[in-house]
Amino acid sequence: MPAPDASPANARAAAGGDDELVRLDDLKVHFPLTKGTIIQRRVATVQAVDGISFALKRGGTLGLVGESGCGKSTTGLAILRMLEPTAGRIVFEGEDITFHDKERMRPIRRRMQMVYQDPYGSLNPRMKVRDIIGEPLAVHGVAANAQTYRERVAQLIRLVGLLPDMAERYPHEFSGGQRQRIGIARALALEPSLVICDEPVSALDVSIQAQVVNLFMELQERLGLTYIFIAHNLAVVRHICDRIAVMYLGRIVEIASRAELYKSPLHPYTEALLAAIPVADPEVEARRVRPIVKGEVGSALAPPSGCRFHPRCPKAMEKCKTVAPALTDLGAGRAVACHLHATA
Amino acid sequence: MAPPLLQVRNLTTRFNSERGRLTAVDQVSFDVREGETVAIVGESGSGKSVTALSVMRLIPSPPGRIEAGEVLFEGKDLLKLDDAAMRAIRGNRVAMIFQEPMSSLNPALSVGLQVAEPVNLHRGSPWAKAYAAARELLGRVRIPDAARRLASFPHQYSGGMRQRVMIAMALACQPRLIIADEPTTALDVTVQAQILDLIKELTRETGSSLLLITHDLGVVARYADRVAVMYGGRIVETAPARVLYKEPRHPYTLGLMASVPRLDGEVGRRLVPIEGQPPDLAELPLGCAFSPRCRIASEPCRSARPPLMEFAPQHWKACFNDARA
Repeated sequence: MPAPDASPANARAAAGGDDELVRLDDLKVHFPLTKGTIIQRRVATVQAVDGISFALKRGGTLGLVGESGCGKSTTGLAILRMLEPTAGRIVFEGEDITFHDKERMRPIRRRMQMVYQDPYGSLNPRMKVRDIIGEPLAVHGVAANAQTYRERVAQLIRLVGLLPDMAERYPHEFSGGQRQRIGIARALALEPSLVICDEPVSALDVSIQAQVVNLFMELQERLGLTYIFIAHNLAVVRHICDRIAVMYLGRIVEIASRAELYKSPLHPYTEALLAAIPVADPEVEARRVRPIVKGEVGSALAPPSGCRFHPRCPKAMEKCKTVAPALTDLGAGRAVACHLHATA
Repeated sequence: MAPPLLQVRNLTTRFNSERGRLTAVDQVSFDVREGETVAIVGESGSGKSVTALSVMRLIPSPPGRIEAGEVLFEGKDLLKLDDAAMRAIRGNRVAMIFQEPMSSLNPALSVGLQVAEPVNLHRGSPWAKAYAAARELLGRVRIPDAARRLASFPHQYSGGMRQRVMIAMALACQPRLIIADEPTTALDVTVQAQILDLIKELTRETGSSLLLITHDLGVVARYADRVAVMYGGRIVETAPARVLYKEPRHPYTLGLMASVPRLDGEVGRRLVPIEGQPPDLAELPLGCAFSPRCRIASEPCRSARPPLMEFAPQHWKACFNDARA
């Protein structure tokens, strides 16, 4: 652990021997709800992310999975520091960036990039593809001259499987899958070490999803990228992530390796998520026993007491209504927050 | 055997657009029998939703127009009915559940009123009686505390609860056929399963038939008895669900199956995508719409459209070649 007063460069060097890229310690992101225009009173707090911790190794892919309101996107935005953390720590490449100001974040933002869900809304319709992809190069003053700029953009376009002459076109001339490739090329322009992908394939047609999933996997092999892959679909996540954190109303309820999570889900919510996704085989479906949870996700404004999942949980006990289960380490990188699996 | 409840024959629907006339649904034929669940599966632009809207005669005109074909429901051709006769069937004998419950419900009317409306309209029940029926319907779609929630407005309901209201409205007049167009796409994963289970259970109880429009091969596998796969406005393959999944014979169906990530099967298996882009209806190729993306397309595929042929009992495909997994 570098000393708190170490300069960023030293901190990175100190972390050099360690292959940990990102670590969250008890991260909280709360949004105050206020009333009044001049004198604002805080009337409530949305606990979007409420104390989550995980570590991600270089070259790994962590899946953040859960339904709407679970805090998966908020976590991604907080790591990028596009949202202000309320408490906790965000450590990136050995450096504590939790409360860095804009100026100190600038060099770090080059190392972490985002791919968005909506390939239609995330590209400026009035910019040519060349400038969409090249914008990060210009903003960070990376390209020495027009020639290197053009060459780098052409290289990026080829990298994501598009044709170089597409650089002169506008986003509306592309299909959803091609636009998502443009978004990926832009994210890779500054050679980041971490790419946060927020539901990057859920807006795409089924036959195109596989193309983009495969592209993510190829790019990871070629460039040694580390991904945080935010999604609601456990079937897609299974193909791309080696570790998966399941979130519910702002908290991690279970974190495990891919092999463990799908073979033996421990948290009742993980079980429910898996059961909800149908397998494309009528014979498998006919045999499947599926526990279906009742109700819908509660509000992050007034989350349920105790375990936040207890009102929907088929296995809820008396204790679950009052005592929030802690995320308990079960060894081998597996942890679960459920009274059914509490060891102590 | 009694004739099928719904027989669609050579249905063709076109739209005028800036880029010329587009054939969104091209000579589509299929049947839905009593008590059966038939799924139409396809990607965006495949014509699956336009097919559903054409059956309901809800194609906005202009720009759209049903140009040819027959939609025989209980022996009557719905395309030949005048507007009043069609209104008497729509929401009554045939009901529809749409994708977006928020935009399909009237935000200014209470939920109770909206569920009671079809009962009042089609059954001629006085409002007080229709309102009581609405309370019973909300209970059937498992809306807790239905009596109190009748007076609430759609914005006071969650997404899943709104979709339950849509289902209650669809069930109001005990329809023989329910058409559900991507009924759960806008909902959370665990709620999707609840809603689809509910629709399936209620159709089973009432013996009504279900025409399910979806892009999700998993949903089809879980709920459908028979499947029609659409691509570029045409049905390219249709069969009983178990047969289709076991022995897909159209290259597009085969491609879809290989490209879908699954919860079971080998971990870390690379998905096999279908290369290329979905078809552009304004620039469909002369021959088979799938030929530009097809791995086994041959010369005839590029010059002529393969007709939908029954090559094995109840198993139809529109392909000149012999594609196998």
